[in-house]
Amino acid sequence: MTDVDQPVSSTMLSSWDVASDVAREDSHLPDGWEMVIGLEVHAELATETKMFSPAKNHFGAEPNTNVHPVCLGLPGTLPVVNGKAVELSIRLGLALNCHVQRCVFARKNYFYPDMPKDYQISQYDRPLNINGWLELASGHRIGIERAHMEEDTGKSTHVGESGRIHDAGYSLVDYNRAGVPLLEIVSHPDIRGPEEAKEYVAELQRIMIAVGASDGKFEEGSLRVDANVSVRPSGSDELRTRCEIKNVNSLRSLGRAIQYEAQRHVDLYLAGDKPVQETRHWDEEGGRTRAGRSKEQAEDYRYFPDPDLVPVDPSQEWIDEIRASLPVLPRERRQALVDAGGSAENAALAVERDLDGLALAAIEAGAEPERTLTHVANNLAVDGADELNAGNFAELVKLETGGGLTATQAKTVLADMVETGRAPADIAAELGFEAMDTSELEGMLDQIIADNPDEWGRFCEGEAKLQGFFTGQIMKATKGQADGKVIAQLLAQKSSA
Amino acid sequence: MVDEPVADEPRAGSAVANETTSGGLTRDDVAEVASLALLELTDAELDEFTGQLGAVLAHAKDIEALDVSEVAPTHHPFPLANVFRDDVVETTDVHDAALGMAPEAEDGQFRVPPALGEEP
Repeated sequence: MTDVDQPVSSTMLSSWDVASDVAREDSHLPDGWEMVIGLEVHAELATETKMFSPAKNHFGAEPNTNVHPVCLGLPGTLPVVNGKAVELSIRLGLALNCHVQRCVFARKNYFYPDMPKDYQISQYDRPLNINGWLELASGHRIGIERAHMEEDTGKSTHVGESGRIHDAGYSLVDYNRAGVPLLEIVSHPDIRGPEEAKEYVAELQRIMIAVGASDGKFEEGSLRVDANVSVRPSGSDELRTRCEIKNVNSLRSLGRAIQYEAQRHVDLYLAGDKPVQETRHWDEEGGRTRAGRSKEQAEDYRYFPDPDLVPVDPSQEWIDEIRASLPVLPRERRQALVDAGGSAENAALAVERDLDGLALAAIEAGAEPERTLTHVANNLAVDGADELNAGNFAELVKLETGGGLTATQAKTVLADMVETGRAPADIAAELGFEAMDTSELEGMLDQIIADNPDEWGRFCEGEAKLQGFFTGQIMKATKGQADGKVIAQLLAQKSSA
Repeated sequence: MVDEPVADEPRAGSAVANETTSGGLTRDDVAEVASLALLELTDAELDEFTGQLGAVLAHAKDIEALDVSEVAPTHHPFPLANVFRDDVVETTDVHDAALGMAPEAEDGQFRVPPALGEEP
C-alpha cells in the first residue's frame, strides 16, 4: 500500500490523492502476476423522491418515516417511474460517454427482508446506458459496460443476542432507503491495480457531482463500490476466476481490499490451488476479505420484465437537450488550466475546490499561472474564496511577481481580500506593505556591512551560513518588509563585487 | 449487479429418476424453482407439477417453430413508453399503520428473524 490514502471527508478528496502518473500496474504482486479489476459503483441519485414512489429521498431521517405504500410493497400499489431519476441517469450516462437506449425494468427476485415486496426493480438485459468510457488523468480509458437504473434496498441492522454460541439474534429493518433511485455503473475489467481503482472511483465521483446526478457521499452511502478481482500471469489476456468484494466503504478500503484479495489469489495459485467464484466481505478492522456464509445454491434471481412498468424510450431530442445542458467536465476543466500554464497537480486541486474558473479568469487577466494556482492550492481553502474578484486576484499576483509584495505579504493581503473584498493595493498600503526600493535596501545593506566587517569578510570568503545572518539583519531593519529574493540578489552582487 | 449464469451442478440427494419431459423440464428443475420460491413440495406434488409445467413449456415450444427474427420483442402488452411522474414529495403518514401491521416491531423498525450471514 502507498501512504497517499486520505480519510474520506464530507467534501471527499480534499486533495488530489492520486498521482497523475499512475502506472498501468500499481499493484504490489509477485513478479509475473497482474491484477484484473472491474468495479460496480452504485450512485444514489439526487432526486427529491424515490424511484417509483413519491416518498422522500433523504438521508438521516427517523427510521421508516420516508415510506409510502409503494415502497412498502403493500398490496394493490403500483410503481410509477420518477422522470427526474431517468433524466439524472441519462446525464451521468452521457457524461460517461455511454450510448443511451430504449430500456426496460426487470424484477430481481429474492427473499431477504431488505425489500418488502420480495423483489428489487432493476434492469437486466436492456439497461439504459451502455458502452461508455471514463478517461483517467493517466490517459488510460476504463470501459463502462453499462449504467443501469434500479431501486435501492432497505437497511437491515443485525442485533446479536449475547451469551449464545450460535448467535441467533434478529434484524431490524428501516425502509427509508428502500426505493431510493440508484444508477449502477459497471466497468469492464480494465483496471490493473488498487491505485487505478481508486482513481477511477474518485474521477467517477467528481463527474457525478459535477453533473448533479448524485452527491457522491461515501459516508452517507450514496456512493458504494463492489470490486470484482482476479489475477493472471502478466501480459496474458485470460480472465480467471474472480471474487466480488462487498462492504467497501471508502477509497482507502477499496485499495486495501483489492490488494489483499489479489495477493490471496496469487498465493492460492502458487500453492497449486485456485480461488472459487464467490462474494466476499471486506473486514476493515482485520484488513482482510472473508467469504460470506456459503449459500447452498447458486444465486438465481429469476429476472423477468416488470409487467407493472412500461419501457423507457428516451427521444433523441431529450437526449440532445440533456447533452447540451451538461457542464464542462472535471477532466476538461483541469486540462484548461494546464493549457493555460499551470501544473497538473495544482490544476486538479483548483478544480476540486471549484476555483478553476477564478484561477482561469485571473490568468487571463495577466496573472502568472502557476503563482495563481499556488495561491489557490495553499491559501484559498477557505469560505468565501469563490466570491473573490478575479481582477483583484490577478492584481495581487502581479504585485507579488512584480516584487511589490513578498510571498508572505501576498498571503496576508489575500486573506484580507477574501474577507473584505477590497483591492489588494489598498490593503497593502494600509498594512504598510510598501515595496522596498532596491536602492533603499542597498543603502541599508551597506550600513549593515559597515557595522559587521568581520562577518562580511567571512561571508565573502564563502561562509555561506552567514547569508542568514545578513538577511536577518536586513529584515530587522525593514521590519520584515523586504523581499527575501531581492536581499539574496543584493548579497550575491555585493559579495562577488 | 450483473449476474452471470452459473452452470448447473447435480444436486446432492437427487436419487429419483430425473427424466426430461417433452417441454425440456426435469423434476429437479421444478424442485429448484420451488426452493427458490420457498415452497415445500411433497414428492407427489413434484411429480404432478413437473407434468403440468412440462405441458405448459411444451406448448410454449410451439412458438420456436415460427420464424420471429423480424418480430420486435414485446416487453409490455401496451404500446406505451415513458410513463413518468414529477419528482414531487407526497407525504403519507403510514409509519404507524405499517409498523402496526408488522408481526413484530422495535424502535420504529420492523423486527425480523435473521436471514443469511448478516454482520452485526
